[in-house]
Amino acid sequence: MSSPTLPIENPATQQGDSSADPIVFDNVSIAFEDNVVLDGVSFHLPKGDTKALFGVAGSGKSTILKLALGLLRPDSGRIFLLGSEVTSMSEQELFKLRARAGIVFQESALFDSLRVRENVAYRMMEEHLSEEEVDRRVREVLSFVELERTIDMVPSELSGGMRRRVAIARAIITKPEVLLYDSPTGGLDPVTSNTIVELIVKQRDVYKTSALMVTHRLQDGFTMATHEFDKNTNKMVKMPKGKQSEVPMSFLLLRDGKIIFDGDLRELAASRDPYIREYIS
Amino acid sequence: MALELEMTSPFDVAKDAVKAIQDYSILASQSLANFFRRPLYWGDLMQQADLIGVGSLPIVVLSGLSIGALLALNSASTLQRFGGITLIGQLVSQSMVTELGPLITGLMVSGRNASGMASELGSMIVTEQIDAMRALGTDPSKKLVTPRVGATVFMLFFLTIISDLLGLVGGFAVANLLFGLDSRQYWSNAWQTLVFRDVFMGLVKPVMFGFIIASIGCYYGMSTRGGTQGVGRSTTQAVVTSSVLILVVDFFVTKAIFAVLGYR
Repeated sequence: MSSPTLPIENPATQQGDSSADPIVFDNVSIAFEDNVVLDGVSFHLPKGDTKALFGVAGSGKSTILKLALGLLRPDSGRIFLLGSEVTSMSEQELFKLRARAGIVFQESALFDSLRVRENVAYRMMEEHLSEEEVDRRVREVLSFVELERTIDMVPSELSGGMRRRVAIARAIITKPEVLLYDSPTGGLDPVTSNTIVELIVKQRDVYKTSALMVTHRLQDGFTMATHEFDKNTNKMVKMPKGKQSEVPMSFLLLRDGKIIFDGDLRELAASRDPYIREYIS
Repeated sequence: MALELEMTSPFDVAKDAVKAIQDYSILASQSLANFFRRPLYWGDLMQQADLIGVGSLPIVVLSGLSIGALLALNSASTLQRFGGITLIGQLVSQSMVTELGPLITGLMVSGRNASGMASELGSMIVTEQIDAMRALGTDPSKKLVTPRVGATVFMLFFLTIISDLLGLVGGFAVANLLFGLDSRQYWSNAWQTLVFRDVFMGLVKPVMFGFIIASIGCYYGMSTRGGTQGVGRSTTQAVVTSSVLILVVDFFVTKAIFAVLGYR
């Protein structure tokens, strides 16, 4: 059965100047052997926005994140990260560009042999910053994810939720311009998931970082689209109905290697496409 | 239920083999080129040298002693028959330094470390730690492969010397305790028989074997696919391939050195 399609405009023409967008995908296709994972995918992530990427398992969501950072090369199409075309850059050039982005992997991908402090400070230690500076930043960022007490632990001593929070701390320590989250709440209990979502909202609203978030949980996307972070109470609070459209949050839905929806919460809820209706019900 | 057999075309098999050789060649050449590019991870190199060198010392000591002793034991009866028991030091010395020392040490270190490297790097691949490293701006080839190659080559060189020496000690123990050979007779024979070609051959081989062990271990680790089952497969393939390559390369290095420096 072919996918129902919604009119998705070319990202290069959708906005006046998409080159300023942190992430732009232009007609990107990739296949692994005979399996076509992405087929002519085009979208852009506006500056300051968080875009939630949905789709069934194996629809190519994680592949999009790896392509965005140049960890995978597409078969065709162009990808821009922070204004640079990653598809035409060498691995050595990409190392410098990736320093301006952060990623949280699905299973956290913390280095087993290093302590939390060394994991979080990995990038700073590679840049040979002073011990005092490293220590100060690590404590600051661990306090952001409320895990200061784990600084001397090794990853095997942490729970799944704690590992995910340490991975977030590692991704944000250098204040990246764009963040990529790969199923940050996958496999976690509802309470821990909520803590992670709150951290992502906090990063979005406090530091205004652009983000692309892969998730299976629609509920996470809806929470992020209807809540904001209150600096006074240090908590995520629900916004009044009239103000929810101001949240810099959009949704992107993948099906059979193609994007079948790209829009905000209101447009998603109003969609009459049977597949989308079934997906969000 | 009908049994379905999936046939792989010879063209696909050949294509995969060529790709594997190409990928291995790239990884191996990069691991060497990285010694001339910044940054050099000295801390990781020292850590690997400790793990590979010091960690392998017990098996190298035991295997060296045993091989030397066995060599003396097995050859003594033949030599005794021809009244040449005094030549036992010469035989052990030449065999250990040119052939058995490098070969046995290489195979022992391969079994211990090629498998260790493949399983460690393979686990890092399946848990996305290698991707995380790349995303954090670090070249895994520089951080993980080059220190392992450098440390294995360096440490195998010295481990082989230790193995040679202990092989001679093992041979002496058998010759002296079981066959009553005088210590001066044994050691002077063992020492005087060695010429430049023997020592050169015995020291070139561990350098090449060390490179084979580390590059093959890292290659299989870095090309791991398919979760924990894939890690197990990579580990086995790394040990088998590096061991077979050591034996094959040993033959050709010996032949090449004989061709260049002359036969006995």
